[in-house]
Amino acid sequence: MLPEIGQFLLVLSLLLATALTVLPMLGYARNNQTLMLTARPLSHVLFLTVMASFVMLVVLFIQQDFSVLYVAENSSLELPLRYRITAAWGAHEGSILMWVTVQALWISAVAKYSQSLSLSQISRVLSVLGFIALGFVAFVLFASNPFETIYPVPADGRDLNPLLQDFGMIMHPPLLYFGYVGLSVAFALSVAALIGGEINEQWIRWSRRWTNIAWAFLTMGIILGSWWAYYELGWGGWWFWDPVENASFLPWLAGTALIHVQAVSERKNAFRGWTVLLAIIAFSLCILGTFLVRSGSITSVHSFAADPFRGIFILVLLAIYSGGALTLYTFRANQLKSRDTLNLNSRETLLLANSLIFITATFTVLLGTLFPMIFEAVGKKISVGAPYFGLMFFVLMIPMAVLLPLGSQLKWHRDDMMAAVKQLLPYFILTTLLTLIVWFVFKPLNIRAIAGIYGGLWVLTATIGQWLKQPGRATAGFIGMSVAHIGVAVFLFAMSMTEHKDIEQDILMSPGVTKQVGGYDFTFLGVDRVKQENYQAQQGHVEVRRGDRLITTLNPQKRFYPKQQMPMTEAAIYVGWTKDIYVSLGEAVNKEGAWAVRIYIKPLIRWMWFGGILMLTGAIIGLFSARIKRQEDKQRDQVMAQQLNLS
Amino acid sequence: MTPTRKRRLILISLVIFGVAVATAIFLTAFKDNIMFFKSPTEVSQNDYPENRSFRLGGMVKEGSLQRLENSLKVLFAVTDYNADVQVEYEGILPDLFREGQGVVAIGYMQNDQLFVAEEVLAKHDENYMPPEVSDILQTEDKQ
Repeated sequence: MLPEIGQFLLVLSLLLATALTVLPMLGYARNNQTLMLTARPLSHVLFLTVMASFVMLVVLFIQQDFSVLYVAENSSLELPLRYRITAAWGAHEGSILMWVTVQALWISAVAKYSQSLSLSQISRVLSVLGFIALGFVAFVLFASNPFETIYPVPADGRDLNPLLQDFGMIMHPPLLYFGYVGLSVAFALSVAALIGGEINEQWIRWSRRWTNIAWAFLTMGIILGSWWAYYELGWGGWWFWDPVENASFLPWLAGTALIHVQAVSERKNAFRGWTVLLAIIAFSLCILGTFLVRSGSITSVHSFAADPFRGIFILVLLAIYSGGALTLYTFRANQLKSRDTLNLNSRETLLLANSLIFITATFTVLLGTLFPMIFEAVGKKISVGAPYFGLMFFVLMIPMAVLLPLGSQLKWHRDDMMAAVKQLLPYFILTTLLTLIVWFVFKPLNIRAIAGIYGGLWVLTATIGQWLKQPGRATAGFIGMSVAHIGVAVFLFAMSMTEHKDIEQDILMSPGVTKQVGGYDFTFLGVDRVKQENYQAQQGHVEVRRGDRLITTLNPQKRFYPKQQMPMTEAAIYVGWTKDIYVSLGEAVNKEGAWAVRIYIKPLIRWMWFGGILMLTGAIIGLFSARIKRQEDKQRDQVMAQQLNLS
Repeated sequence: MTPTRKRRLILISLVIFGVAVATAIFLTAFKDNIMFFKSPTEVSQNDYPENRSFRLGGMVKEGSLQRLENSLKVLFAVTDYNADVQVEYEGILPDLFREGQGVVAIGYMQNDQLFVAEEVLAKHDENYMPPEVSDILQTEDKQ
């Protein structure tokens, strides 16, 4: 019964999304108040039906209903309850249903928190969002239905992929989806503005908040993904430039450009077309990312089940949404022309430079990701190695780091470039001194490490200095910006140390043997067996000492999940303030109990993720800007007054 | 020239300069880091890049895995059921590395006979076959 209800709710959602697409837009075209007024209620009802069908799926998992194919493939009788719930979005079908649920939640939130938009504006925005939801609900129903049943009903399921039985993986997809789908709000606003042929500061101000929230979620999702890959895949790396990772990084890069350009276009009549275009690009990259992950068109070490039909379906959606928006842009963009002239000696110029750097970064990553596909078409099989991305990124992040403090030093509208540079001089000297100290302590450091450390310290000293010199009380906007930029600094510094001062060793260890790695003594005590709910494991014991002091005993596991016949390495990590000590088991080498043991020492790796957390914290602090709230309130009162006059 | 025009000119030339530099770096980075994928058949016909890394893909030949005594060095053969290539690797093999399973090794040919792998990848799925390998097998079926 439940699968049918879930299915029915999805069909209902499809109809509601269609109504949400058509009715308000029709109302806008005919200037019909009644039709436009349907937008908000329809949005809320759409959310309820989609949410209900998602809840159905979770209930099916809790009840272990193996008559549903998706449940049978991703759950089993032994799977603990917490993972049965999260298995609902563990594989393709459920994860797309979750995408739609998150999408509907955003639509409903937009409908609620948009009092400062006029009826004609909000009805267009919600209609565009409804159209996006329509495509993805159709995708769930016709290409990835999680409620499909099987007969005969199997007695037990195939169990959830052991890699996904983990906290990081539970949170990673929802956060990414919140980010992906959140960027659709700025996209919808752009399309709505292009349809109407007008855009103003107040529209952009309104969409800025949504972009910040979406970007914060995206950042968190990427951090969790990186953290998960680090401890769960057992390779000890934190970023592999794998197509699947790039899929989440591309929208982030474009989103970063968008956030910075919105800061300008919200204040003055400038960069209008560019803001609109960046919003279209950012969300298009979200869809492209989904395509890359779900279609299996690109060889990836962790790509998911490949299905050509699904790939084509998403490609069609991409063509409709991005193609449509870009076509609209070509015809209408000149109507959104910016009137204010740009003074070169101003913060605006630097923010424009920022967006150009980030969009260049986006396209280099995109090219590296798509190039194998293009080559494939002419019958050659290639892959683009991580060094390509590493080098490109390094080169592009130099101007970013160099220019960042100049951007926050310059005033809006008009300033004196030479004076600003002079004011930055003390930080330049301080940075040089600090870098020399770091170099002296940690040498040898290669040129890339030194550049990264220099960049990090430069951004750090200048940002802190500018904060201290800030006259009067700092606004939320200023604090948010500074915190995010300190995050950039922390990330750059920590990443340079992690990448260039880490130690990685695979060694053969017999029980009782002590080996020295990076100033620590590792004593291997041997391996014993443990049994857990749904797996057995061989658990190693490794004592870590510095001199005579016992720091910790690490217990890495080699797990075996009988249901999936799958072995898995569970690393043991000692988390310190300045470094991680990471030990994982390879395999038993001989009968005397010797094992291949992998030992990593990763300096400052936690600080790298902490830098990311600072960046997103900055984006969230920015939401509490008093200036924006004042302007929003004023606008809302105007809209209310207008509506009262009309009725 | 009016100030507005001059400003615009400076801006446009800056952008062009940036794009040119980026393209130059991009092309260099690309040329050096593109990695070819080769099958054992291609390697046996000496069709592989010399003195640089490439990806070798195929299945781990049944009964070919040898571990050297008291070291992390392993030897195995990668096959596409048409030709074999001997591979040497020192380090920890991935969890799902098994005889008869798909594998991708990144490394270089030391001589005509031996591929030295710096990295070995196996997918986290028991039914996995690298797409390139299944392509190779399919084309051979047709022949």
